[in-house]
Amino acid sequence: MAVTGVGEPKRQGAAAEREGGPAAISLRDVVKVYDTTTAVDGLDLEVPVGVCLGLLGPNGAGKSTTMRMLTAQTRATSGAIEVLGLPIPARAKRARALMGVVPQEDNLDEELSARENLEVFARLYRVPRGERAAAVRRALELAQLVDRQDVRADKLSGGMRRRLLIARGLVHGPRLVLLDEPTVGLDPQVRQELWSLIARLRDEGVTVLMSTHYIEEAERLADEVAIMSGGRVVARGVPADLIAEHAGERAVEHLTAPAARAEIERLAAEHGVPTRRTGPALSLLHAEKLPAELRARLDGAAVHRASTLEDVFVLLTGEDVG
Amino acid sequence: MTTAEARETLETLETPSRRFEWAALTGIWYRELTLYKRYWMPSTFAAIVEPVLYLLAFGFGLGSLVGVIGGYRYIDFLGTGIVAMSVLFVSAFTALFATFVRRTFQHSYEAILAAPVDVHEVVTAEASWIAVRAGVYGCAPLVVALLFGLTPSWGMLAVPFIGVVTGMGFALWGIWMSSIVPSINTMDYVISGVITPLFLVAGTFFPLSQLPAWLRSLAVVNPLYHTVELVRHAATGWRPLADLGHFGALLLFAVLAWLVAVAYMKKRLID
Repeated sequence: MAVTGVGEPKRQGAAAEREGGPAAISLRDVVKVYDTTTAVDGLDLEVPVGVCLGLLGPNGAGKSTTMRMLTAQTRATSGAIEVLGLPIPARAKRARALMGVVPQEDNLDEELSARENLEVFARLYRVPRGERAAAVRRALELAQLVDRQDVRADKLSGGMRRRLLIARGLVHGPRLVLLDEPTVGLDPQVRQELWSLIARLRDEGVTVLMSTHYIEEAERLADEVAIMSGGRVVARGVPADLIAEHAGERAVEHLTAPAARAEIERLAAEHGVPTRRTGPALSLLHAEKLPAELRARLDGAAVHRASTLEDVFVLLTGEDVG
Repeated sequence: MTTAEARETLETLETPSRRFEWAALTGIWYRELTLYKRYWMPSTFAAIVEPVLYLLAFGFGLGSLVGVIGGYRYIDFLGTGIVAMSVLFVSAFTALFATFVRRTFQHSYEAILAAPVDVHEVVTAEASWIAVRAGVYGCAPLVVALLFGLTPSWGMLAVPFIGVVTGMGFALWGIWMSSIVPSINTMDYVISGVITPLFLVAGTFFPLSQLPAWLRSLAVVNPLYHTVELVRHAATGWRPLADLGHFGALLLFAVLAWLVAVAYMKKRLID
Protein backbone atom coordinates (compact mmCIF):
# COMPACT_ATOMS: atom_id res chain seq x y z
CA MET A 1 0.00 0.00 0.00
CA ALA A 2 1.38 3.33 -1.02
CA VAL A 3 0.85 5.37 2.07
CA THR A 4 3.08 8.38 2.12
CA GLY A 5 3.12 9.58 5.68
CA VAL A 6 2.97 13.29 6.19
CA GLY A 7 5.79 13.35 8.67
CA GLU A 8 8.32 10.67 9.40
CA PRO A 9 7.85 7.06 8.40
CA LYS A 10 5.63 5.24 10.85
CA ARG A 11 7.25 3.57 13.78
CA GLN A 12 5.92 0.12 13.84
CA GLY A 13 6.94 -1.77 16.89
CA ALA A 14 7.41 1.43 18.78
CA ALA A 15 4.98 0.07 21.29
CA ALA A 16 7.14 -2.90 22.06
CA GLU A 17 10.15 -0.68 22.69
CA ARG A 18 8.36 1.41 25.25
CA GLU A 19 6.48 -1.29 26.99
CA GLY A 20 7.04 -2.22 30.58
CA GLY A 21 4.53 -0.15 32.56
CA PRO A 22 0.75 -0.30 32.33
CA ALA A 23 -1.01 0.52 29.07
CA ALA A 24 -1.77 4.18 28.49
CA ILE A 25 -5.44 3.34 28.10
CA SER A 26 -7.26 0.21 29.08
CA LEU A 27 -10.97 -0.44 28.80
CA ARG A 28 -12.34 -3.81 29.83
CA ASP A 29 -15.86 -4.93 29.08
CA VAL A 30 -17.12 -1.35 29.22
CA VAL A 31 -20.82 -0.72 28.74
CA LYS A 32 -22.62 2.61 28.54
CA VAL A 33 -26.39 2.55 28.44
CA TYR A 34 -28.43 5.71 27.95
CA ASP A 35 -32.17 5.73 28.57
CA THR A 36 -33.07 3.72 25.53
CA THR A 37 -29.83 3.15 23.65
CA THR A 38 -26.65 1.27 24.34
CA ALA A 39 -23.84 3.49 23.10
CA VAL A 40 -20.97 1.27 24.16
CA ASP A 41 -21.60 -2.42 24.41
CA GLY A 42 -18.85 -4.51 25.97
CA LEU A 43 -15.87 -2.54 24.72
CA ASP A 44 -12.37 -3.95 25.18
CA LEU A 45 -9.55 -1.70 24.12
CA GLU A 46 -5.95 -1.34 25.15
CA VAL A 47 -3.62 1.37 23.90
CA PRO A 48 0.04 0.73 24.72
CA VAL A 49 2.26 3.63 25.68
CA GLY A 50 3.72 5.48 22.71
CA VAL A 51 1.25 4.21 20.16
CA CYS A 52 -0.99 6.29 17.93
CA LEU A 53 -4.25 4.42 17.73
CA GLY A 54 -6.91 5.39 15.26
CA LEU A 55 -10.43 4.70 16.43
CA LEU A 56 -12.41 4.23 13.25
CA GLY A 57 -16.12 3.84 13.02
CA PRO A 58 -19.26 5.28 11.49
CA ASN A 59 -21.30 7.89 13.35
CA GLY A 60 -22.99 6.35 16.32
CA ALA A 61 -20.43 3.59 16.72
CA GLY A 62 -19.60 4.85 20.21
CA LYS A 63 -16.32 6.64 19.51
CA SER A 64 -17.16 9.92 21.20
CA THR A 65 -18.78 8.20 24.16
CA THR A 66 -15.60 6.18 24.58
CA MET A 67 -13.49 9.34 24.51
CA ARG A 68 -15.70 11.04 27.08
CA MET A 69 -15.53 8.06 29.39
CA LEU A 70 -11.74 8.39 29.52
CA THR A 71 -12.06 11.84 31.12
CA ALA A 72 -14.98 10.69 33.29
CA GLN A 73 -17.26 13.23 31.65
CA THR A 74 -19.35 10.23 30.79
CA ARG A 75 -19.64 7.52 33.43
CA ALA A 76 -19.63 3.91 32.29
CA THR A 77 -22.61 1.80 33.28
CA SER A 78 -20.26 -1.12 33.92
CA GLY A 79 -16.75 -2.30 33.17
CA ALA A 80 -13.27 -1.17 34.18
CA ILE A 81 -11.36 1.80 32.77
CA GLU A 82 -7.78 2.82 33.45
CA VAL A 83 -5.87 5.76 32.05
CA LEU A 84 -2.10 5.83 32.61
CA GLY A 85 -2.62 3.22 35.30
CA LEU A 86 -5.20 5.32 37.15
CA PRO A 87 -8.70 3.93 37.70
CA ILE A 88 -11.48 6.02 36.14
CA PRO A 89 -13.58 7.69 37.47
CA ALA A 90 -12.04 7.27 40.96
CA ARG A 91 -8.81 9.08 40.02
CA ALA A 92 -9.99 10.82 36.91
CA LYS A 93 -8.85 14.24 38.04
CA ARG A 94 -5.28 13.06 38.33
CA ALA A 95 -5.52 11.32 34.97
CA ARG A 96 -6.92 14.46 33.36
CA ALA A 97 -3.88 16.41 34.57
CA LEU A 98 -1.67 14.04 32.61
CA MET A 99 -3.64 13.92 29.39
CA GLY A 100 -4.69 16.43 26.82
CA VAL A 101 -8.12 16.47 25.25
CA VAL A 102 -9.01 17.95 21.88
CA PRO A 103 -12.78 17.89 21.55
CA GLN A 104 -14.70 17.46 18.36
CA GLU A 105 -16.68 20.57 19.10
CA ASP A 106 -14.84 23.87 19.02
CA ASN A 107 -15.20 25.22 22.55
CA LEU A 108 -12.55 27.91 22.57
CA ASP A 109 -13.32 31.09 24.46
CA GLU A 110 -14.33 33.23 21.52
CA GLU A 111 -13.81 36.59 23.19
CA LEU A 112 -10.33 35.70 24.34
CA SER A 113 -7.21 35.97 22.22
CA ALA A 114 -5.28 32.89 21.13
CA ARG A 115 -2.72 33.52 23.84
CA GLU A 116 -5.33 34.10 26.55
CA ASN A 117 -7.05 30.86 25.64
CA LEU A 118 -3.77 29.06 26.19
CA GLU A 119 -2.94 30.96 29.37
CA VAL A 120 -6.23 29.96 30.96
CA PHE A 121 -5.66 26.31 30.23
CA ALA A 122 -2.02 26.42 31.29
CA ARG A 123 -3.40 27.35 34.70
CA LEU A 124 -6.20 24.83 34.69
CA TYR A 125 -3.67 22.17 33.73
CA ARG A 126 -1.44 23.19 36.65
CA VAL A 127 1.57 24.28 34.66
CA PRO A 128 3.79 25.79 37.41
CA ARG A 129 3.89 29.56 37.43
CA GLY A 130 7.51 29.80 36.32
CA GLU A 131 6.94 27.56 33.31
CA ARG A 132 3.66 29.04 32.11
CA ALA A 133 5.04 31.65 29.75
CA ALA A 134 7.29 29.10 28.08
CA ALA A 135 4.46 26.56 27.84
CA VAL A 136 2.16 29.10 26.20
CA ARG A 137 4.91 30.16 23.83
CA ARG A 138 5.57 26.53 22.87
CA ALA A 139 1.87 25.93 22.25
CA LEU A 140 1.63 29.06 20.09
CA GLU A 141 4.57 27.85 18.03
CA LEU A 142 3.01 24.43 17.68
CA ALA A 143 -0.20 26.04 16.46
CA GLN A 144 1.79 28.42 14.24
CA LEU A 145 -0.06 31.30 15.80
CA VAL A 146 2.83 33.27 17.25
CA ASP A 147 2.14 36.26 15.03
CA ARG A 148 -1.60 36.05 15.71
CA GLN A 149 -1.45 35.47 19.44
CA ASP A 150 -3.37 38.64 20.21
CA VAL A 151 -6.18 38.00 17.76
CA ARG A 152 -9.49 37.01 19.34
CA ALA A 153 -10.43 33.40 18.73
CA ASP A 154 -13.60 34.34 16.87
CA LYS A 155 -11.53 36.30 14.36
CA LEU A 156 -9.31 33.33 13.49
CA SER A 157 -9.95 31.14 10.46
CA GLY A 158 -11.37 27.64 10.86
CA GLY A 159 -7.99 26.02 10.44
CA MET A 160 -6.31 28.35 12.92
CA ARG A 161 -9.01 27.74 15.48
CA ARG A 162 -8.59 24.02 15.11
CA ARG A 163 -4.82 24.34 15.55
CA LEU A 164 -5.40 26.47 18.61
CA LEU A 165 -7.82 23.89 19.98
CA ILE A 166 -5.17 21.19 19.55
CA ALA A 167 -2.46 23.38 21.07
CA ARG A 168 -4.72 24.07 24.05
CA GLY A 169 -4.86 20.35 24.78
CA LEU A 170 -1.07 20.16 24.58
CA VAL A 171 -0.12 23.22 26.59
CA HIS A 172 0.92 21.16 29.62
CA GLY A 173 2.99 18.62 27.68
CA PRO A 174 0.69 15.64 28.26
CA ARG A 175 1.85 12.06 27.78
CA LEU A 176 -1.46 11.05 26.32
CA VAL A 177 -3.64 12.97 23.92
CA LEU A 178 -7.24 12.29 22.98
CA LEU A 179 -8.21 13.69 19.62
CA ASP A 180 -11.89 13.45 18.81
CA GLU A 181 -12.40 13.82 15.04
CA PRO A 182 -9.54 16.31 14.75
CA THR A 183 -10.13 17.34 11.13
CA VAL A 184 -13.86 16.95 10.70
CA GLY A 185 -15.35 19.53 8.38
CA LEU A 186 -12.06 21.13 7.30
CA ASP A 187 -10.54 21.85 3.89
CA PRO A 188 -8.03 19.33 2.54
CA GLN A 189 -5.25 21.91 2.90
CA VAL A 190 -6.07 22.47 6.54
CA ARG A 191 -6.27 18.76 7.15
CA GLN A 192 -2.76 18.32 5.76
CA GLU A 193 -1.48 20.89 8.22
CA LEU A 194 -3.14 19.20 11.13
CA TRP A 195 -1.85 15.84 10.05
CA SER A 196 1.73 17.05 10.22
CA LEU A 197 0.99 18.44 13.65
CA ILE A 198 -0.36 15.10 14.83
CA ALA A 199 2.47 13.21 13.15
CA ARG A 200 4.92 15.34 15.09
CA LEU A 201 3.28 14.44 18.36
CA ARG A 202 3.37 10.79 17.46
CA ASP A 203 7.03 11.02 16.61
CA GLU A 204 7.73 12.61 19.96
CA GLY A 205 6.42 9.47 21.61
CA VAL A 206 3.16 10.90 22.92
CA THR A 207 0.43 8.28 23.10
CA VAL A 208 -2.43 9.34 20.85
CA LEU A 209 -5.97 8.07 20.70
CA MET A 210 -7.63 9.60 17.70
CA SER A 211 -11.19 8.97 16.69
CA THR A 212 -12.04 9.61 13.10
CA HIS A 213 -14.34 8.51 10.38
CA TYR A 214 -11.88 9.53 7.70
CA ILE A 215 -10.16 6.35 6.69
CA GLU A 216 -7.30 8.13 5.00
CA GLU A 217 -6.57 9.99 8.20
CA ALA A 218 -6.29 6.78 10.19
CA GLU A 219 -4.15 5.16 7.51
CA ARG A 220 -1.72 8.03 7.42
CA LEU A 221 -1.35 8.72 11.08
CA ALA A 222 -2.16 5.64 13.11
CA ASP A 223 0.28 2.91 14.03
CA GLU A 224 -2.73 0.74 14.61
CA VAL A 225 -6.44 1.12 14.06
CA ALA A 226 -9.39 -0.24 15.96
CA ILE A 227 -12.60 -0.42 14.01
CA MET A 228 -15.70 0.20 16.11
CA SER A 229 -19.21 -0.78 15.27
CA GLY A 230 -22.27 -1.01 17.48
CA GLY A 231 -20.38 0.05 20.58
CA ARG A 232 -17.52 -2.43 20.43
CA VAL A 233 -14.24 -3.04 18.64
CA VAL A 234 -14.78 -5.40 15.72
CA ALA A 235 -11.21 -5.42 14.41
CA ARG A 236 -7.87 -4.18 15.59
CA GLY A 237 -4.43 -4.09 14.07
CA VAL A 238 -1.92 -2.45 11.78
CA PRO A 239 -3.80 -1.14 8.72
CA ALA A 240 -1.83 -3.29 6.28
CA ASP A 241 -2.55 -6.44 8.28
CA LEU A 242 -6.23 -5.65 8.54
CA ILE A 243 -6.44 -5.13 4.81
CA ALA A 244 -4.61 -8.38 4.09
CA GLU A 245 -6.82 -10.28 6.51
CA HIS A 246 -10.22 -8.88 5.60
CA ALA A 247 -9.96 -7.57 2.05
CA GLY A 248 -6.99 -9.43 0.59
CA GLU A 249 -4.52 -8.00 -1.86
CA ARG A 250 -6.70 -6.90 -4.67
CA ALA A 251 -10.23 -5.83 -5.38
CA VAL A 252 -12.19 -5.85 -8.60
CA GLU A 253 -14.80 -3.19 -9.04
CA HIS A 254 -17.76 -3.79 -11.34
CA LEU A 255 -19.99 -1.01 -12.53
CA THR A 256 -23.11 -2.81 -13.68
CA ALA A 257 -26.86 -2.79 -13.62
CA PRO A 258 -28.50 -3.83 -10.36
CA ALA A 259 -29.63 -7.18 -11.76
CA ALA A 260 -26.13 -8.12 -12.85
CA ARG A 261 -24.83 -6.94 -9.50
CA ALA A 262 -26.99 -9.45 -7.67
CA GLU A 263 -25.69 -12.18 -9.92
CA ILE A 264 -22.07 -11.23 -9.23
CA GLU A 265 -22.80 -11.12 -5.53
CA ARG A 266 -24.20 -14.62 -5.73
CA LEU A 267 -21.17 -15.92 -7.59
CA ALA A 268 -18.79 -14.25 -5.17
CA ALA A 269 -20.59 -15.74 -2.20
CA GLU A 270 -20.36 -19.14 -3.84
CA HIS A 271 -16.60 -18.79 -3.98
CA GLY A 272 -16.36 -17.41 -0.48
CA VAL A 273 -15.26 -13.96 -1.58
CA PRO A 274 -16.71 -10.95 0.27
CA THR A 275 -18.22 -8.09 -1.69
CA ARG A 276 -19.04 -4.51 -0.93
CA ARG A 277 -20.96 -1.84 -2.73
CA THR A 278 -19.26 1.38 -3.63
CA GLY A 279 -22.04 3.66 -4.74
CA PRO A 280 -23.41 2.12 -7.92
CA ALA A 281 -20.44 -0.22 -8.23
CA LEU A 282 -19.79 -3.57 -6.64
CA SER A 283 -16.34 -4.54 -5.39
CA LEU A 284 -15.14 -8.10 -5.02
CA LEU A 285 -12.52 -8.29 -2.31
CA HIS A 286 -9.82 -10.95 -2.05
CA ALA A 287 -9.96 -10.87 -5.84
CA GLU A 288 -6.69 -12.78 -6.02
CA LYS A 289 -8.51 -15.79 -4.62
CA LEU A 290 -11.01 -15.95 -7.45
CA PRO A 291 -10.49 -18.82 -9.86
CA ALA A 292 -9.10 -17.65 -13.20
CA GLU A 293 -12.09 -18.99 -15.02
CA LEU A 294 -14.54 -16.91 -12.97
CA ARG A 295 -12.34 -13.87 -13.16
CA ALA A 296 -12.35 -14.08 -16.95
CA ARG A 297 -16.10 -14.46 -16.96
CA LEU A 298 -16.70 -11.44 -14.78
CA ASP A 299 -14.06 -9.27 -16.27
CA GLY A 300 -16.33 -7.13 -18.43
CA ALA A 301 -16.02 -3.51 -17.42
CA ALA A 302 -14.13 -4.27 -14.26
CA VAL A 303 -11.54 -2.02 -12.67
CA HIS A 304 -8.71 -3.68 -10.82
CA ARG A 305 -7.34 -1.96 -7.78
CA ALA A 306 -5.54 -2.64 -4.52
CA SER A 307 -7.70 -3.42 -1.53
CA THR A 308 -8.01 -0.58 0.94
CA LEU A 309 -8.77 0.06 4.56
CA GLU A 310 -12.05 1.48 3.40
CA ASP A 311 -12.98 -1.94 2.06
CA VAL A 312 -12.31 -3.38 5.51
CA PHE A 313 -14.24 -0.58 7.16
CA VAL A 314 -17.36 -1.05 5.04
CA LEU A 315 -17.13 -4.81 5.23
CA LEU A 316 -16.99 -4.77 9.03
CA THR A 317 -19.26 -1.89 9.90
CA GLY A 318 -21.95 -2.54 7.33
CA GLU A 319 -23.02 -0.75 4.20
CA ASP A 320 -26.03 0.90 5.74
CA VAL A 321 -25.27 3.27 8.49
CA GLY A 322 -28.48 3.78 10.38
CA MET B 1 7.20 16.93 26.86
CA THR B 2 8.33 16.25 30.37
CA THR B 3 6.52 18.95 32.29
CA ALA B 4 3.67 16.69 33.29
CA GLU B 5 6.01 13.88 34.26
CA ALA B 6 8.17 16.10 36.40
CA ARG B 7 5.17 17.52 38.13
CA GLU B 8 3.80 14.13 38.93
CA THR B 9 6.68 13.31 41.22
CA LEU B 10 6.07 16.50 43.16
CA GLU B 11 2.41 15.93 43.73
CA THR B 12 1.01 13.67 46.34
CA LEU B 13 -0.43 10.48 45.03
CA GLU B 14 -3.90 10.86 46.45
CA THR B 15 -6.27 13.35 44.91
CA PRO B 16 -9.73 12.59 46.23
CA SER B 17 -12.30 14.04 43.89
CA ARG B 18 -14.24 15.76 46.68
CA ARG B 19 -11.35 18.03 47.43
CA PHE B 20 -11.18 21.66 46.46
CA GLU B 21 -8.02 22.52 44.65
CA TRP B 22 -6.95 26.10 44.88
CA ALA B 23 -5.38 25.92 41.42
CA ALA B 24 -8.70 24.87 39.88
CA LEU B 25 -10.48 27.83 41.47
CA THR B 26 -7.80 30.36 40.58
CA GLY B 27 -7.68 29.00 37.04
CA ILE B 28 -11.39 29.69 36.58
CA TRP B 29 -11.16 33.06 38.29
CA TYR B 30 -8.30 33.94 35.96
CA ARG B 31 -10.47 33.02 32.99
CA GLU B 32 -13.30 35.16 34.36
CA LEU B 33 -11.00 38.07 34.97
CA THR B 34 -9.61 37.84 31.44
CA LEU B 35 -13.13 37.73 30.02
CA TYR B 36 -14.18 40.58 32.30
CA LYS B 37 -11.55 42.81 30.72
CA ARG B 38 -13.60 42.48 27.55
CA TYR B 39 -17.03 43.30 28.92
CA TRP B 40 -16.50 45.29 32.10
CA MET B 41 -17.82 48.50 30.59
CA PRO B 42 -21.33 47.48 29.60
CA SER B 43 -21.80 45.30 32.66
CA THR B 44 -20.62 48.05 34.99
CA PHE B 45 -22.85 50.53 33.22
CA ALA B 46 -25.91 48.31 33.67
CA ALA B 47 -25.09 47.42 37.25
CA ILE B 48 -24.66 51.03 38.31
CA VAL B 49 -27.05 53.00 36.16
CA GLU B 50 -30.10 50.84 36.78
CA PRO B 51 -30.22 51.03 40.58
CA VAL B 52 -29.29 54.69 40.44
CA LEU B 53 -32.27 55.36 38.17
CA TYR B 54 -34.54 53.54 40.61
CA LEU B 55 -33.08 55.57 43.40
CA LEU B 56 -33.64 58.86 41.59
CA ALA B 57 -37.11 58.00 40.34
CA PHE B 58 -38.43 56.74 43.66
CA GLY B 59 -36.44 59.28 45.61
CA PHE B 60 -37.87 62.22 43.75
CA GLY B 61 -41.21 60.66 42.88
CA LEU B 62 -42.13 59.18 46.22
CA GLY B 63 -39.62 60.79 48.53
CA SER B 64 -41.29 64.16 48.14
CA LEU B 65 -44.61 62.62 49.19
CA VAL B 66 -43.34 60.38 51.93
CA GLY B 67 -41.24 61.86 54.68
CA VAL B 68 -40.76 58.96 57.03
CA ILE B 69 -41.39 55.32 56.34
CA GLY B 70 -41.18 52.41 58.77
CA GLY B 71 -39.31 54.63 61.18
CA TYR B 72 -36.69 55.65 58.58
CA ARG B 73 -36.26 58.70 56.46
CA TYR B 74 -37.34 57.67 52.98
CA ILE B 75 -33.89 58.23 51.46
CA ASP B 76 -32.37 55.94 54.12
CA PHE B 77 -35.05 53.35 53.58
CA LEU B 78 -34.84 53.41 49.82
CA GLY B 79 -31.06 53.69 49.52
CA THR B 80 -30.51 50.58 51.59
CA GLY B 81 -33.34 48.68 49.91
CA ILE B 82 -31.93 49.34 46.49
CA VAL B 83 -28.52 48.02 47.53
CA ALA B 84 -30.16 44.66 48.14
CA MET B 85 -32.06 44.82 44.86
CA SER B 86 -28.88 45.62 43.00
CA VAL B 87 -27.03 42.69 44.57
CA LEU B 88 -29.91 40.40 43.62
CA PHE B 89 -30.01 41.60 40.03
CA VAL B 90 -26.29 41.36 39.42
CA SER B 91 -25.89 37.93 40.97
CA ALA B 92 -29.08 36.19 39.85
CA PHE B 93 -29.18 37.51 36.27
CA THR B 94 -25.50 36.95 35.63
CA ALA B 95 -25.62 33.43 36.99
CA LEU B 96 -28.79 32.63 35.12
CA PHE B 97 -27.70 33.83 31.69
CA ALA B 98 -23.92 33.47 31.71
CA THR B 99 -24.00 29.96 33.11
CA PHE B 100 -26.67 28.89 30.68
CA VAL B 101 -24.89 30.34 27.65
CA ARG B 102 -21.57 28.87 28.63
CA ARG B 103 -22.99 25.46 29.26
CA THR B 104 -25.28 25.11 26.27
CA PHE B 105 -23.94 27.39 23.52
CA GLN B 106 -20.24 27.83 24.21
CA HIS B 107 -19.58 24.46 25.84
CA SER B 108 -16.99 26.15 28.02
CA TYR B 109 -17.61 23.84 30.96
CA GLU B 110 -17.12 20.85 28.73
CA ALA B 111 -13.62 22.13 27.97
CA ILE B 112 -12.86 22.97 31.59
CA LEU B 113 -14.02 19.59 32.86
CA ALA B 114 -11.66 17.83 30.45
CA ALA B 115 -8.88 19.50 32.48
CA PRO B 116 -8.27 18.53 36.10
CA VAL B 117 -11.28 20.46 37.41
CA ASP B 118 -14.44 18.98 38.91
CA VAL B 119 -18.01 20.25 38.75
CA HIS B 120 -18.10 21.44 42.38
CA GLU B 121 -15.04 23.56 41.68
CA VAL B 122 -16.55 25.06 38.53
CA VAL B 123 -19.77 25.94 40.38
CA THR B 124 -17.96 27.37 43.38
CA ALA B 125 -15.52 29.43 41.33
CA GLU B 126 -18.22 30.81 39.03
CA ALA B 127 -20.56 31.67 41.92
CA SER B 128 -17.86 33.31 44.03
CA TRP B 129 -16.70 35.42 41.09
CA ILE B 130 -20.25 36.61 40.53
CA ALA B 131 -20.70 37.18 44.27
CA VAL B 132 -17.71 39.48 44.44
CA ARG B 133 -19.00 41.48 41.51
CA ALA B 134 -22.40 41.72 43.15
CA GLY B 135 -20.83 42.85 46.42
CA VAL B 136 -18.86 45.59 44.69
CA TYR B 137 -21.63 46.75 42.37
CA GLY B 138 -24.10 46.70 45.24
CA CYS B 139 -22.22 49.59 46.83
CA ALA B 140 -22.98 51.92 43.92
CA PRO B 141 -26.52 52.86 45.03
CA LEU B 142 -25.22 53.30 48.56
CA VAL B 143 -22.66 55.81 47.36
CA VAL B 144 -25.32 57.65 45.36
CA ALA B 145 -27.67 57.64 48.35
CA LEU B 146 -24.87 59.15 50.42
CA LEU B 147 -24.69 61.99 47.90
CA PHE B 148 -28.43 62.43 48.34
CA GLY B 149 -28.18 62.77 52.05
CA LEU B 150 -27.92 59.30 53.56
CA THR B 151 -25.97 59.67 56.79
CA PRO B 152 -22.58 57.94 56.58
CA SER B 153 -21.77 55.35 59.23
CA TRP B 154 -19.00 52.83 59.98
CA GLY B 155 -21.45 49.97 59.65
CA MET B 156 -21.70 50.69 55.96
CA LEU B 157 -18.27 49.16 55.53
CA ALA B 158 -19.97 45.82 56.09
CA VAL B 159 -22.24 46.35 53.09
CA PRO B 160 -19.88 44.86 50.45
CA PHE B 161 -19.45 41.83 52.66
CA ILE B 162 -23.23 41.41 53.07
CA GLY B 163 -23.44 41.80 49.30
CA VAL B 164 -20.92 39.02 48.70
CA VAL B 165 -22.73 36.58 50.98
CA THR B 166 -26.09 37.43 49.42
CA GLY B 167 -24.55 37.35 45.96
CA MET B 168 -23.10 33.91 46.60
CA GLY B 169 -26.53 32.55 47.52
CA PHE B 170 -28.30 34.09 44.54
CA ALA B 171 -25.50 33.23 42.11
CA LEU B 172 -25.72 29.59 43.17
CA TRP B 173 -29.48 29.76 42.98
CA GLY B 174 -29.17 31.22 39.46
CA ILE B 175 -26.77 28.47 38.42
CA TRP B 176 -29.24 25.94 39.70
CA MET B 177 -32.08 27.58 37.77
CA SER B 178 -29.93 27.70 34.62
CA SER B 179 -29.51 23.95 34.88
CA ILE B 180 -33.27 23.43 35.06
CA VAL B 181 -34.61 25.70 32.33
CA PRO B 182 -34.84 23.92 28.99
CA SER B 183 -34.20 27.03 26.89
CA ILE B 184 -33.26 30.67 27.20
CA ASN B 185 -36.89 31.73 26.65
CA THR B 186 -38.15 29.77 29.64
CA MET B 187 -36.03 32.00 31.83
CA ASP B 188 -38.87 34.49 31.67
CA TYR B 189 -40.76 32.23 34.05
CA VAL B 190 -37.91 32.44 36.50
CA ILE B 191 -37.49 36.18 36.14
CA SER B 192 -41.15 37.23 36.35
CA GLY B 193 -42.27 34.35 38.52
CA VAL B 194 -39.50 34.34 41.08
CA ILE B 195 -37.07 37.24 40.90
CA THR B 196 -39.66 40.02 40.65
CA PRO B 197 -41.75 38.85 43.64
CA LEU B 198 -38.52 38.29 45.57
CA PHE B 199 -37.43 41.86 45.26
CA LEU B 200 -40.86 43.37 45.73
CA VAL B 201 -41.68 41.40 48.87
CA ALA B 202 -38.45 42.11 50.70
CA GLY B 203 -39.02 45.53 52.11
CA THR B 204 -37.07 47.28 49.39
CA PHE B 205 -39.47 50.06 48.37
CA PHE B 206 -42.02 49.88 51.16
CA PRO B 207 -42.03 48.30 54.63
CA LEU B 208 -43.37 44.76 54.92
CA SER B 209 -45.73 45.97 57.63
CA GLN B 210 -47.90 47.31 54.82
CA LEU B 211 -48.49 43.78 53.59
CA PRO B 212 -51.13 41.30 54.79
CA ALA B 213 -49.92 38.95 57.50
CA TRP B 214 -49.64 35.85 55.29
CA LEU B 215 -47.41 37.65 52.82
CA ARG B 216 -45.35 39.02 55.65
CA SER B 217 -44.63 35.61 57.03
CA LEU B 218 -43.63 34.46 53.56
CA ALA B 219 -41.05 37.21 53.43
CA VAL B 220 -39.12 35.51 56.22
CA VAL B 221 -38.10 32.76 53.81
CA ASN B 222 -37.08 35.33 51.23
CA PRO B 223 -33.29 35.62 51.48
CA LEU B 224 -33.44 39.13 50.08
CA TYR B 225 -35.54 40.28 53.04
CA HIS B 226 -32.65 39.35 55.31
CA THR B 227 -30.26 41.26 53.09
CA VAL B 228 -32.47 44.33 53.18
CA GLU B 229 -32.64 44.22 56.96
CA LEU B 230 -28.90 43.72 57.32
CA VAL B 231 -28.00 46.53 54.95
CA ARG B 232 -30.47 48.86 56.63
CA HIS B 233 -29.11 48.08 60.06
CA ALA B 234 -25.54 48.38 58.80
CA ALA B 235 -26.31 51.91 57.66
CA THR B 236 -28.44 53.04 60.56
CA GLY B 237 -27.41 50.97 63.56
CA TRP B 238 -26.95 47.24 64.24
CA ARG B 239 -29.46 45.14 66.14
CA PRO B 240 -27.06 42.40 67.13
CA LEU B 241 -29.43 39.54 67.89
CA ALA B 242 -31.73 40.07 64.93
CA ASP B 243 -28.81 40.69 62.61
CA LEU B 244 -27.12 37.49 63.65
CA GLY B 245 -30.34 35.72 62.65
CA HIS B 246 -30.46 37.53 59.30
CA PHE B 247 -26.86 36.68 58.60
CA GLY B 248 -27.43 33.06 59.57
CA ALA B 249 -30.38 32.90 57.17
CA LEU B 250 -28.20 34.18 54.31
CA LEU B 251 -25.48 31.67 55.08
CA LEU B 252 -28.00 28.86 55.20
CA PHE B 253 -29.42 29.98 51.86
CA ALA B 254 -25.95 29.95 50.30
CA VAL B 255 -25.17 26.49 51.64
CA LEU B 256 -28.47 25.01 50.43
CA ALA B 257 -28.13 26.70 47.05
CA TRP B 258 -24.59 25.33 46.72
CA LEU B 259 -25.78 21.79 47.36
CA VAL B 260 -28.54 21.89 44.76
CA ALA B 261 -26.49 23.84 42.22
CA VAL B 262 -23.64 21.33 42.37
CA ALA B 263 -26.00 18.36 42.21
CA TYR B 264 -27.91 19.71 39.21
CA MET B 265 -24.87 20.89 37.31
CA LYS B 266 -23.34 17.44 37.79
CA LYS B 267 -26.45 15.96 36.27
CA ARG B 268 -26.17 18.31 33.31
CA LEU B 269 -22.45 18.09 32.68
CA ILE B 270 -21.60 14.50 33.51
CA ASP B 271 -23.66 11.79 31.87
